[in-house]
Amino acid sequence: MRSQSERPYPLFRNLNAKIASIPMVLTALVVFVGGTAWTVLYSFTNSKLLPRWKFVGLDQYERLWSTPRWLVSIENLFIYGALSLIFSFVIGFLLAAMLDRKIRFEDTFRTIFLYPFALSFIVTGLVWQWLLNPDFGVQHVVRSLGWESFTFNPLYDRELVIYGILIAALWQGTGLIMCLMLAGLRSIDEDIWKAARVDGIPVWKTYLFIVIPMLRPVFVTTLVIIASAIVKVYDLVVAQTGGGPGHASEVPAKYVYDYMFLGQNLGQGFAASTMMLLSVVIVIVPWAYLEFGRRGRR
Amino acid sequence: MSERATLAMPVAGADAAASDLAGPRGRKPRRTLSRRNIILYGTLFVVAVYYLLPLYVMVVTSLKGMPEIRLGHIFAPPVEITFQPWVKAWAEACTGLNCDGLSRGFWNSVRITVPSVVLSIAIASVNGYALANWRFKGAEVFFTILIVGAFIPYQVMLYPIVIILREMGIYGTLTGLVLVHSIFGMPILTLLFRNYFASLPEELFKAARVDGAGFWGIYLRIMLPMSLPIFVVAVIIQITGIWNDFLFGVVYTKPDLYPMTVQLNNIVNSVQGVKEYNVNMAATLLTGLVPLLVYFVSGKLFVRGIAAGAVKG
Repeated sequence: MRSQSERPYPLFRNLNAKIASIPMVLTALVVFVGGTAWTVLYSFTNSKLLPRWKFVGLDQYERLWSTPRWLVSIENLFIYGALSLIFSFVIGFLLAAMLDRKIRFEDTFRTIFLYPFALSFIVTGLVWQWLLNPDFGVQHVVRSLGWESFTFNPLYDRELVIYGILIAALWQGTGLIMCLMLAGLRSIDEDIWKAARVDGIPVWKTYLFIVIPMLRPVFVTTLVIIASAIVKVYDLVVAQTGGGPGHASEVPAKYVYDYMFLGQNLGQGFAASTMMLLSVVIVIVPWAYLEFGRRGRR
Repeated sequence: MSERATLAMPVAGADAAASDLAGPRGRKPRRTLSRRNIILYGTLFVVAVYYLLPLYVMVVTSLKGMPEIRLGHIFAPPVEITFQPWVKAWAEACTGLNCDGLSRGFWNSVRITVPSVVLSIAIASVNGYALANWRFKGAEVFFTILIVGAFIPYQVMLYPIVIILREMGIYGTLTGLVLVHSIFGMPILTLLFRNYFASLPEELFKAARVDGAGFWGIYLRIMLPMSLPIFVVAVIIQITGIWNDFLFGVVYTKPDLYPMTVQLNNIVNSVQGVKEYNVNMAATLLTGLVPLLVYFVSGKLFVRGIAAGAVKG
């Protein structure tokens, strides 16, 4: 297709394909590259209600990192991120491994584990808000069974609120991780299992030393998926706690929204969103390098 | 289980029937009620109960009256079933001064989801087709930007899009929101369609070209009819994704046009008035009903969709 270079107007060659790609080109250049560059640039201005091009250097970032609410958001993101990473991996893998043991009713179990993923974060947050309600929910139920001093009230406890959100997030998201891991486990050659069994290697050892190392690509993909989802966590917090009690369950994405659209402090919003971008870059770039850099372009 | 049994005696090989008669040799095939199985199924059962509990509590709570909720506990089945909370959630629940229930949000969501699904899939399928079969110079560069862009947090692009939509005069309208959904659906859908079209046999495409079919002719008459499954997967990804969206809905529309998720959140988390938990749960269930229906009807295709759509995060 490429050899006909003697044609006069190379721009009009393959014109229909180019027309069909206009939305993609516009999205890529204007929204993704342009929008990102715009936000990063304007994070160096003191824009308030409307974007204004008045350069103030790193002022917004200095203010950002001295705002307690932002620091709480970052701390929450780290706790939530680390724990949701660990637990989604462990739970997702264990569920997948159990479903992969050639069990009966596999489809039923998988359907049950995955259905929360079809629900929105808003629905998830509201259900768990109700379940963790201290006056009616789990705490009340256990107390009414006779254990009067039982306390499980994460959503109204500043120290525990992020764990309350984590519980909801795990309920919603582990099904997906399970599915990804299950797909990975299914891709492993049956002969490897046979060989391990012939050699008399116990099942758990086969998993630990043979299967898990083989699943590395699946793990890496899963890691990237979970990590980029962690940074984006927003709706769940809005629905479940609204960032409360106080600012105890704030997350960066909510900080950005509140400053941009409620606080009329665009510059802060831009600076905070740029920090979010930075954290994604830190996760994505090494991954992209490892995955695609060594292999070269396809 | 049967496969394990055969594996246990590879030596028996061809005369398996004979060895059956001669009595078992080697290790005994495990019984269904072995300790391993009890642990396995037991764990799975407990986990399944845990995953189902919130759904159960939602249903049960939404069918109780408020007095019963105050007296009993959340896991108790309703003594007296009432559908009043559902009626109220659908037609009377208040957000701010409006008291016309979730029905408004539902129809808004329908008016957002249907055109967004159609538009985004139309754009992305043609685009994926161009990338797979009509590659032009530079196409891969834009495609790479598009895929990398899928990882950028939405928050970074929120405000620039506000400006773009305002310039176009569609900020705060459903048209604007449909456009936003089409834009952010593009990376994953384009990837999906590109990979699918690239996996179709190239001879087909070449034969059609020899017969004189052009870009659109091949797309409409050959690619489209051949790729029904992938279109279904795309529709599933988009319906659930767009229906469940909250952020874009709240940023790019006005209160009258809020999608169901935003309205639901406003109803449940409103600070005024007495909390009516049964109405709240009925409203929550109503909002979750559409994606749940899609999920249970589509079954394995949904799994395929999320495996592909997982990149969307």
